Amino acid sequence: MKIAQKTVKFLTIVVLALFTTVGYALESDTKYDSSNDGGRVNTKTEVEEYILHHLKDSHDFSLWSYTSVEGERKHVGFPLPVILWSSNGLVTFMSSEFHHNDDGHVIVEKNGLKFVKIHSKIHELDQEAATVSSDETHHATNAHKVLDFSITKSVVGILLIGFLLLFWFSRLAKQYKTKQVPTGFARVLEPLVLYVRDEIAKPNIGEKHYRRFTGYLLTVFFFIWVLNLVGLTPLGFNVTGQIAVTACLAIFTLVIYTFSGNKDYWMHMIWMPGVPVLFRPILAVIELIGALIIKPFSLLVRLFANISAGHIVIMSLIAIMFTLKESLGVVGATGLSLVLSFFILLIEILVAFLQAYIFTMLSALFIGMAVAEHSEAH
Amino acid sequence: METLLNDFSPGLFAVSTILLLALIALMVKFAWKPILNSLEERETGISNALAAAENARKEMQNLNADNERLLKEARAEREAMMKDARHISDSMIAEAKEDAKEVTSALIEKAQASIQQEKQAALAELKKYVAELSIGIAETVIKKELSSKKDQLALVEEILKEVTLN
Repeated sequence: MKIAQKTVKFLTIVVLALFTTVGYALESDTKYDSSNDGGRVNTKTEVEEYILHHLKDSHDFSLWSYTSVEGERKHVGFPLPVILWSSNGLVTFMSSEFHHNDDGHVIVEKNGLKFVKIHSKIHELDQEAATVSSDETHHATNAHKVLDFSITKSVVGILLIGFLLLFWFSRLAKQYKTKQVPTGFARVLEPLVLYVRDEIAKPNIGEKHYRRFTGYLLTVFFFIWVLNLVGLTPLGFNVTGQIAVTACLAIFTLVIYTFSGNKDYWMHMIWMPGVPVLFRPILAVIELIGALIIKPFSLLVRLFANISAGHIVIMSLIAIMFTLKESLGVVGATGLSLVLSFFILLIEILVAFLQAYIFTMLSALFIGMAVAEHSEAH
Repeated sequence: METLLNDFSPGLFAVSTILLLALIALMVKFAWKPILNSLEERETGISNALAAAENARKEMQNLNADNERLLKEARAEREAMMKDARHISDSMIAEAKEDAKEVTSALIEKAQASIQQEKQAALAELKKYVAELSIGIAETVIKKELSSKKDQLALVEEILKEVTLN
């Protein structure tokens, strides 16, 4: 086991190092970025842009940027594959072909089609267009978005955390074959599993049905929590702040509670007993909207908004270092920024858990409402 | 709302749906099912063990109570037996004494009776002998023609000397 652990660690380091050097090698010889100063962030508007850019999904995995002694801007990271479903079918290439350009100046030609990246979205240029022309709201007029199945940074995050969770918990599962009480890191995981089962699944769904849904709730809980936490590291993942991901999770919950709803649940939703017949259709509409739209929408927006807000606040506080440099001096601005972002980071660590807990709790609650057995007559 | 919709990437949605479905399926199969089963097994094992311990404790208590009771009974029985035995021996001794007394008194009575008888017999014999003797003396006295009173007396004396009273 020890050898296996060491091998895994070693491989991780090798892979990371390889990617970094590959990325480094790829980026250092490009002399692009003539249009701007290579993404240096100094002013308020640049900070705002940077934060907004960070909140979006990214097509390459950048770790950091620096300016070399020759005054050249260099980005360290690694490119990720771009997979598009364009008007001409499937198109794939590496994101390094965009050379970190995000405003549509770099045009990548593949399969006779021209692609540009504008604000982290890949657009397909119209046939006759040579360059992107945009209106005053920065929307491209001669290009349209394509279906983008790229392995983006968020997808990398999902894959990474997915494998991590599988690795951790399958090891915990394996440990039970030989011993009653797990040892090592699995011992930390066991109480968390018990917590989700006993504090979230059991009380909200009920002793009778909870077993069927615990697997989903556990997966969602650990997925959201670990991704929230990873989002706080300098790796800069913002997976749970992607509305597509939270929507996906919310829709899973919706599907589960809609399809496991029993007769009582549907009866109460569509033809509420104990209410004057005239009101029943009105109530049905309200109930249906509540169950099919408001519930999942509240789930997806809550998670998305909380995590996005956390990232915005932390990055803004870090940006105090630059924005208040003039009024407070370098030391003052840096000190203030470090103190404030430190405390906000602590709060965000709490929020990371809290949001995972709330999402799982509400999912369990909704499922519990759908499978609850009403014994009392209304 | 517009930015929200603009930020929504259908591609990422599709990819994350597929990945999450796979993740949930894999986690349920390789992690949650065995983990939850083992946890449940362990919990039932623990509660069974606790119940068994409680049962054992109760049984032990019962056993102890039984033992105590048996001991008490045995002690009582022993006491009773001892009492009985003492009683029996006492009565036996008393009876034996009574018997002995009876036997001795009977013996003494018998002895007295036989002594009386012997005495009667002896007296009768003595009487008979005395009578015979008297008759003999009288005979002799008469035979010798008693000349003088002095002779008679001498003779009586002589005969009496001969007579040994036994």
